[in-house]
Amino acid sequence: MSARAKLAWTVVLWIVLLTMPYWMGAIGGYTELASRVLILGLGAMAVNFLLGFTGVLSFGHAAYFGLGAYGAAMSIKFFAPSTALAIVVGVVVGTLAAALVGALIVKLRGVYFAMVTIAFGQVFYFIAFRWNSVTGGDDGLTGWHREPLRLGFTTIDIVGNDKAYYYLVLLLFALAVTAMGLLLRSPLGRSLIAIRENERRARFLGIPVEQHIWIAFVLSGLFAALAGTLYSLLSNFTDPRSLHWTLSGNFVIMAVLGGMRSFWGPLLGAAIFVVLQDYVSSHTQNWMSVIGIFFVLVVSFFPRGVLGILRRRVAS
Amino acid sequence: MTQLLLFNVFNGLIVGAFYALMALGLSLILNLSGVINFAHGGFLAIGAYLAYTLMPTLGFWGALILAPLLTALLGLVVERVLIRRLYGRDPLYSLLLTFGLAYILEDGARYIWGAQSVPFPIPSWLTTPLSSSLFFLTGYRLFMVALVAVAVGGLFLILNRTRLGIRIRAGTLDLETVSVLGVNVGVLRNLNFGLGIYLAGLAGVLAAGMLGLQPTIGTSLIMPSFVAIIVGGLGSLPGTLLGGLLIGVASGITTVFFPSATEAVMYVMMGLVLLVRPRGLLGEEGRTQ
Repeated sequence: MSARAKLAWTVVLWIVLLTMPYWMGAIGGYTELASRVLILGLGAMAVNFLLGFTGVLSFGHAAYFGLGAYGAAMSIKFFAPSTALAIVVGVVVGTLAAALVGALIVKLRGVYFAMVTIAFGQVFYFIAFRWNSVTGGDDGLTGWHREPLRLGFTTIDIVGNDKAYYYLVLLLFALAVTAMGLLLRSPLGRSLIAIRENERRARFLGIPVEQHIWIAFVLSGLFAALAGTLYSLLSNFTDPRSLHWTLSGNFVIMAVLGGMRSFWGPLLGAAIFVVLQDYVSSHTQNWMSVIGIFFVLVVSFFPRGVLGILRRRVAS
Repeated sequence: MTQLLLFNVFNGLIVGAFYALMALGLSLILNLSGVINFAHGGFLAIGAYLAYTLMPTLGFWGALILAPLLTALLGLVVERVLIRRLYGRDPLYSLLLTFGLAYILEDGARYIWGAQSVPFPIPSWLTTPLSSSLFFLTGYRLFMVALVAVAVGGLFLILNRTRLGIRIRAGTLDLETVSVLGVNVGVLRNLNFGLGIYLAGLAGVLAAGMLGLQPTIGTSLIMPSFVAIIVGGLGSLPGTLLGGLLIGVASGITTVFFPSATEAVMYVMMGLVLLVRPRGLLGEEGRTQ
């Protein structure tokens, strides 16, 4: 794709995102659904930072997403009624957990890496599930809500106004994906792609592979945790399902569906997945089967993802 | 106190035996084909429900024999139709496929047999306690331990004494050479998958008798099985067995002193093992790369 076409597509994308709350209703959606697309899209892009750009198979990102969600919720409920602080606390908690788990697993590769990330992903689920007195157990953490943004000179009401909250999410999303894009263009990002392409050669070139994978894992956990904080603030609620391994799998399928090798692919995948899930679960009890069949179809027929197929068609 | 501790250790041993049975099947498939079978829990549930359906006509013993075989048959078909096509590709794809299958199997069980838990009767002479002071020592529990022991013994006999087993072990080490020597690798992987699923089905029938039967029965047992494999050592079946029993007993003991950490203790063990010995307790060197 030429540089001009790329620029044009980027402009179109941001116009779509900026106007989303205003046409979502016209096509049968609602503002909250738009926010969910952005938030889960950020989660899927965070997973793809590892999956598509570092080439390591992480299957447990719901852990950092969910820790972000719980961190934010608990910060407001038990500490101080501030949305900004809640986001910071959630991100810090999730990132620390990723740093800890990452340090234990950087030496593993391939399916074994995947398996250990799956298993570790579940430990926080059990803690949230069992530790009733603090986390609310299976019922989740209720009795709190996001607070108006106090900026000193003015206060923005994001509590009752869904659209205002959407634009807060969009702002943070924009900051996060800009950071992600800059990181991928930096020497660090280039080294990560080198590791993906050929780990042994990268090692021979003097790239400290384990250290780089750890850094990528922590950054990816950070972005996932940010998405998690926004998710619990969106519904003023969080429960152990935000930490469950099924959510980790959903993030991966979003990335694959949209196209793992493209920067924006996971966002597109998330949009398709979120809308599909919203539609199916309101029409049938057996939505799990539909999603399951969807997984099988994507893997069997669209392994390159939507953007992967489009890019191929443009190239040929 | 000793009574309570003994009870929970024994309980942990039984639960650990389930984990081990399931993890052995997972390990077989992972070692030979490089597939993490997320649907293993789903197959376990199907095995249990098939036994539930067969029981009125065949009785407990008939169901115990036939249900795991039928589950294995389903496994053979699924491998042949869906999973085989993904062997040469990135392991990501088989992982996602079995993940989707797990959804389908759990939801399918819910659709056919209902979301509520169903009664799973076991022969009454197995349910009475054997001794009044050790009230928890029912015949069924002893029977389960014995049957798991027989199943594991049988598995190791197959792997060490039969042609199929020897080929599976050889294929685990070097599939290409085995193929060059004239073994049909497709059939080998198919049968190996079926063997793994058979173990899941068997675990399902036994677990249903102890834990009760609902569609999510497999989902709750699969994560500990992953932990068992990692703790025991990747690529080592005796390690998987040891890992399953160890984490079962550890969470049994934890239940006595600190019930809310029942599950967390498994992950702490896993973290420690990865820290001190990344390849697992009995793992072979180089398997983790």
